[in-house]
Amino acid sequence: MSSVPTPASPTPGQSEALSDFALDSAKRTFGTAISDMKSRLRSGDLGSLPAILAIVVLVAIFGLSSDTFLTALNFANFLEQAAAVIVIAMAVTFVLLLGEIDLAAGYTAGVTAAVLALRLQADWPLPLAILLAALAAMVLGLWTGFLVAKLGIPSFVVTLANFLVFQGILLILVREGGSIRIEDTIVKGIVGSSISPGLSWVIAALGILAFVAMQYKQSQRDGSPLSMVALKSGLAAVLILVVVSVLNKNRAFENATAEQKGMPYVIPLVLIIVVVLTFVLNRTRYGRHLMAVGGNQEAARRAGINVARIRLSAFMFCGLLAGIGGAFLASRVNSVDPNTGGNDTLLLAVGAAVIGGTSLFGGQGRMVNAILGGLVLALIPNGLTLVGKREPFGIEIDFGSSGVKFICAGLALMLAASVDALSRKRTS
Amino acid sequence: MADAPILEVLGVNKSFGPVHVLHDVDFRVYPGTVTSLIGDNGAGKTTLIKCITGIYPSDTGEFFFDGKPVHIGGPKDVANLGIEVVYQDLALCENLDIVQNLFLGRERLKYGLLDEASMEQAARETLASLSVRTVKSVRQKVSSLSGGQRQTVAIAKAVLWNSKVVLLDEPTAALGVAQTKQVLDLVRRLADQGLGVVLISHNMNDVIQVSDRVCAMYLGRVAADVEISKETRREFLVELITTGRSGDVGLVNTEAV
Repeated sequence: MSSVPTPASPTPGQSEALSDFALDSAKRTFGTAISDMKSRLRSGDLGSLPAILAIVVLVAIFGLSSDTFLTALNFANFLEQAAAVIVIAMAVTFVLLLGEIDLAAGYTAGVTAAVLALRLQADWPLPLAILLAALAAMVLGLWTGFLVAKLGIPSFVVTLANFLVFQGILLILVREGGSIRIEDTIVKGIVGSSISPGLSWVIAALGILAFVAMQYKQSQRDGSPLSMVALKSGLAAVLILVVVSVLNKNRAFENATAEQKGMPYVIPLVLIIVVVLTFVLNRTRYGRHLMAVGGNQEAARRAGINVARIRLSAFMFCGLLAGIGGAFLASRVNSVDPNTGGNDTLLLAVGAAVIGGTSLFGGQGRMVNAILGGLVLALIPNGLTLVGKREPFGIEIDFGSSGVKFICAGLALMLAASVDALSRKRTS
Repeated sequence: MADAPILEVLGVNKSFGPVHVLHDVDFRVYPGTVTSLIGDNGAGKTTLIKCITGIYPSDTGEFFFDGKPVHIGGPKDVANLGIEVVYQDLALCENLDIVQNLFLGRERLKYGLLDEASMEQAARETLASLSVRTVKSVRQKVSSLSGGQRQTVAIAKAVLWNSKVVLLDEPTAALGVAQTKQVLDLVRRLADQGLGVVLISHNMNDVIQVSDRVCAMYLGRVAADVEISKETRREFLVELITTGRSGDVGLVNTEAV
């Protein structure tokens, strides 16, 4: 309750005088649910709204200025491009929630991918290769976590050093200049292959059912009206059905021999990961403690939470998830080279988390933010490439050039960070 | 006050290196009573509290809880006895809501998952039992609460665990007039419910208003441990704090300290 009455609550029922848990017992209607949402936005809690707006605006701009942007082929391609960054962004979200950062997450992904590829090349069975790769990812995470949580070195410094160390490990693993090819059809298929259209529909239906069930349970708990549940479920259903119907169209080139349609495997994989992680964060004691440490470390310590253990485990999970992202990266190009997880991977991942609404200062954020932010950051280069050379105002600009792409992605990140900083100013 | 003390510490000494901070301090907390711990900055109030709550190990000293001698090895032991501390800096997570803060570190589980419904219910009951009437929803984030409301939540967090003793470190230091009154009313209600309440405060008006007893510290010693009433003069307490002596009460030879 701020001392200044907000114009967001003009009705007497919403005034400052409300007390006695009035909002808890009040039956909430569609109207109050909307005005709650408004006042939350006004108080600076923007959540993922900026990211959603950005997606809508970008799709509109690119859709209008390029003929190929809104095609089934590009849509699937775009989602496949986004997947790895999204998963690494979720990895980084784990430590961002603690107010820490992992600058080495990109190369953690690279090293993990290299371990996986090397073991497959050595004819290990896939499950064993995956197990070893996962172990490697967790060990890298634990190493970082140990230095941060037990020795108390700032994560920025530790992971800056690890950025070099892990890059070195990756170089040694793939032998400078070389690359490791991946022949395993399952690993290649994560990003390259698609589920059959029929099964895609089944998955879509299951997804919609799960979403409705979750919304309904949520409304039972917080008393939000059924009309709100219906609205959200309806929107989600339409979105899912549109996405799946586009993906189920044949998107192969005209003279291709085989049809290419259905949902790429990576989409349900990413969704499963986000659901599991969200569940861990929201419904388990571990998740609650993680958020508490991110919000106020001292309060968490006094509440008997083992802060060091939370830190350590967060970095370990960050490593594991980054490793999964690494497998996606490798799957997309069917090989691992010294640049896997390098270049701008890490920057895009951190950017994705922040653009999605996860705070750099800890304690604020959700896993789903990584998806929204990842989509924004994948849209920018994808769309710009397709827009290509144009002559606005008589000046020729190649929008597809790396220079323009970097500048645009950088500006988007800067914008997101300013929104984060400004909204923090407003809430505190 | 005829009751036996619920918490009694005798002969506590504490040094930090060469600095002897606490000299043979005796301190008692009675059930259903507000005991104010007063003293100038550096008098040793906070150190005493930290010794009682196990954050600092005391060099010497005996601890009795409910008449029985107890060993205090760390904060966990103290919490297990039913002693809770509300620190000056509140120790709330602003990014979490009231329920989440109240149950932080002691979440209720159902099938291994957080049992939100039961925690929410208990939170509401606790706040209601403390006659806290200013919170709109127990699902409000702490960042949206006023200073007084935060203090209330912090205190509620301490009493949610059927605690027997609550130590409050300057609960009104950062509050306005109306909010101070709210919190002091709450402090009084805690004592009326039978808890032993310790109030650390620099505000003598607050102390006189809610306390049944005053323990005044002066340079690491207890200058006086006396019953007071609303009629107690402010000057009496101020003198105890500044010189360790007022009239017949206080340290005999303050120069020797």
